[in-house]
Amino acid sequence: MSATNAAAPARKPAKKDSVLGTLANNSKQYGIVGALVVIVLVFEILTKGVLLKPNSFVSLIQQNAYVIILAIGMVMVIIATHIDLSVGSIVAFVGGVCAILMERQGVNWMLAILVALVVGLIIGCWQGFWVAYVGIPGFITTLAGMLIFRGLATVIVGESVPVTSPEFRGIARNYLPQLLGWWGPFDGLTIVVGLACIALFAWSQLRRRTKVAKAGLVPEPMAMTVIKIVVATLLIGFVTYLLAMSGNADQGGIPIMLVILAVLVFVYNFILTKTVFGRHVYAVGGNRKAAILSGINTRRVDFTLFVHMGFLSAVAAVCVLSRLSSATAQAGMEFEMDAIASCFIGGTAVTGGVGTIPGAVVGALVMGVINQGLSIMGVDTAVVKTIKGLVLLGAVAVDILSKRKKG
Amino acid sequence: MANNDTILTMDDIVKTFGPVKALSGVNLSVDRGEIHAICGENGAGKSTLMNVLSGVYPYGSYSGTITFDGKECRYRTIKDSEADGIVIIHQELALSPFLSIAENIFIGNEQAKGGVIDWDETRAKAKQLLERVGLPENPDTRIMDIGVGKQQLVEIAKALSKDVKLLILDEPTAALNDEDSAHLLGLVRQLRDEQGVTSIIISHKLNEIADIADNITIIRDGATVGEMYITPETPLDQDELIKKMVGRSLTNLYPDHEPNTPGEEYLRLEDWTVHHPLDQERVIVDHANINVHSGEIVGLAGLMGAGRTELAMSVFGHSYGSHISGKVFVKGKEVQLPNVQAAIDAGLAYATEDRKVYGLNLLQNIRENASMASLEKMSSHGIMDADTEQVEVEKYRKDFHIKCQSIDVNVGTLSGGNQQKVVLAKWVISDPDILILDEPTRGIDVGAKYEIYEIINQLADAGKAVIVISSELPELIGICDRIYTVSQGVVTDNVDRNGFTQEYLMKGMTKDKEVAAS
Repeated sequence: MSATNAAAPARKPAKKDSVLGTLANNSKQYGIVGALVVIVLVFEILTKGVLLKPNSFVSLIQQNAYVIILAIGMVMVIIATHIDLSVGSIVAFVGGVCAILMERQGVNWMLAILVALVVGLIIGCWQGFWVAYVGIPGFITTLAGMLIFRGLATVIVGESVPVTSPEFRGIARNYLPQLLGWWGPFDGLTIVVGLACIALFAWSQLRRRTKVAKAGLVPEPMAMTVIKIVVATLLIGFVTYLLAMSGNADQGGIPIMLVILAVLVFVYNFILTKTVFGRHVYAVGGNRKAAILSGINTRRVDFTLFVHMGFLSAVAAVCVLSRLSSATAQAGMEFEMDAIASCFIGGTAVTGGVGTIPGAVVGALVMGVINQGLSIMGVDTAVVKTIKGLVLLGAVAVDILSKRKKG
Repeated sequence: MANNDTILTMDDIVKTFGPVKALSGVNLSVDRGEIHAICGENGAGKSTLMNVLSGVYPYGSYSGTITFDGKECRYRTIKDSEADGIVIIHQELALSPFLSIAENIFIGNEQAKGGVIDWDETRAKAKQLLERVGLPENPDTRIMDIGVGKQQLVEIAKALSKDVKLLILDEPTAALNDEDSAHLLGLVRQLRDEQGVTSIIISHKLNEIADIADNITIIRDGATVGEMYITPETPLDQDELIKKMVGRSLTNLYPDHEPNTPGEEYLRLEDWTVHHPLDQERVIVDHANINVHSGEIVGLAGLMGAGRTELAMSVFGHSYGSHISGKVFVKGKEVQLPNVQAAIDAGLAYATEDRKVYGLNLLQNIRENASMASLEKMSSHGIMDADTEQVEVEKYRKDFHIKCQSIDVNVGTLSGGNQQKVVLAKWVISDPDILILDEPTRGIDVGAKYEIYEIINQLADAGKAVIVISSELPELIGICDRIYTVSQGVVTDNVDRNGFTQEYLMKGMTKDKEVAAS
């Protein structure tokens, strides 16, 4: 993100100093966020205001967390020109392992989660081994994995394994403790965190300006920075308001799921944009031959990517199991498709080399809002699926057509 | 030749891309049965002009008139221009590697009856066409199994199958060795003399143009700046041509450079032998012994397929070949270089031959490309140090005069010369002692070439050992202190500066293996 932002002011001198010009230069970046806002507004109207009620907003997050978690890993895998079809099956299998440990072996819920994550890592190593060191394309390896882990999940789970641990079930249901109590109808902690986020955003924008200026480049127009900060303040402020109002008599505020998501998004975005490994991922995806001849160990990059994907699949498995309170062989069905679709809606290139985690997250939210909105309206799930398919097609078509115009 | 029968006129062609004027009034007049060269620096608009002519940019997307064979042309697609007998052969060949020669010749023009392909007819016709272009290959051979030179001939056979009247060749010899080039140019000449085919040829190789062209149109910055005629009595004045192309006079194609006194021996290969990666019986590099010293610029001269690139890549972390044997010494110490990282750590750098395929990630910006081989240096604990990276890359943007808005511009948008500078920056940033530059000036224009040569000289002056691999002998003679000639995998000679003549070097490059080995 920082790279593209820094580049914007330095492009066409004619457009440099106008807010509109800056917007136009970054249209792709803002486009998908704009699309999300429009979709939210449309469903807000169609559902007569139900979509953005505090508690349905929280359940939007809790219900779609798994897509976001999987999309984080999937976008990295796709950037490196692979694909992972097995994540849904891994969710079912790891979820099954976790539930059986807790219910049949009497393992403590925290230990069960730990084991689940380790199982995810091992599965990642398994798939990474075949892709990176044997050279089987990711599509085939994970197609096999999709069958293998779905099969294993059915074998170990049978019909279903209900989870009884209230702590474990709370992960996808509960909120952070209300350390600061209620402030009138609002949760105090949420308000403080929300304000901190706004301050952090404003500070980072201003700091970027000084950094760009120090590097001898022309920063974006001040008006643009102000507009960005104002828009972000409104958005974060609104979300904070919703969250602070959410919950019931016992608890409310920030859902635990949101914290898990925020940590994952932050950490993985950091990995992809600021670390050597992240650079390697883009280098391998953009031109594998050039990466090899630049001394990059592409096999290790491929292997590591699948290990990350395995880990994130396990995290998603824990979240899904907690939400559904029961492991079934059918859990995670078609999750891989949701994750892949999110990446492409979020601007990831089908041919690899291009994509961002924030993009994939917004893509996942687009899908999630459509899901939630239509289900509030009582639309049949078969129709929901059709609409989601059309949205995916439309989003990628817009992306391709806009590129063609430029070229 | 000098009949006044004009086959093609392009009059005041203007073509814009958004705000950018790619062509701002080009005039071109080509006589029937001549070989017409179009010269200009990269980005001058030559390829754009040919795309206008062949209908890649449809009628209406440009202004000006095109008259071919006496009637005005309004081509909407390539098919339209091909129907009139205009065939363009692009720099990047449009052949399908997994299909046979015959299938490729008739792609889009299949010899079929009622939708069913008549294979006997296809093969028979392909065989005839191959004879016409002098290519004794089985029409069933797959394209991937023949060399680039032969592929170029297949393209021409394909053009002939369409009853070509005007053949356009865009940089036809850029990827060919001298022998294949000569054969190709001979064929173009033969087509002119025997079948009256008119050709337009775009080339950066001035010797080649001097040799083959009847008439030259020079384009600079999207406009025609002059015409030159060549006759046996008045041969081409290359200095004059260069002056017109660049708009300034390059008195010398190569910068003056006082050779450094060679310092410490930085790299030595002993009995370096490499076998083909798949066909492990085949010896590609045969007991090569070479060395380079600090401050020296050493050339590797060889025809295409002589094993120059393979030699370099096998040394650079075993990136090519199998059953590699022999010893590598860096600064007198024997080293093992089993992978690219080891080679980089030992102080080697290898700038590849094909920058788009092997050198650059076209989806990333200058900064990310330039730092790709030095990420360890620009990071701590795996986290990138953005400031160091910025400063380092910015320094080379200035030093190498990379023309761009900023280092955050995608390298895909840069011209060939600037892309090559990014590749050089990438390897210079990795701070090597030994740089191997494989075809460092291929496909870039005269002005940018000069700048690349200056960079090479600077590197040598800074005490680096530089190895330059090139297909262009004048280039090696112009910049090297010493040249090894390579023929069929064998290093046949080690020539000092005072022995540099094209004739002498060519002898070493064409020596037969048996003779050389004895």
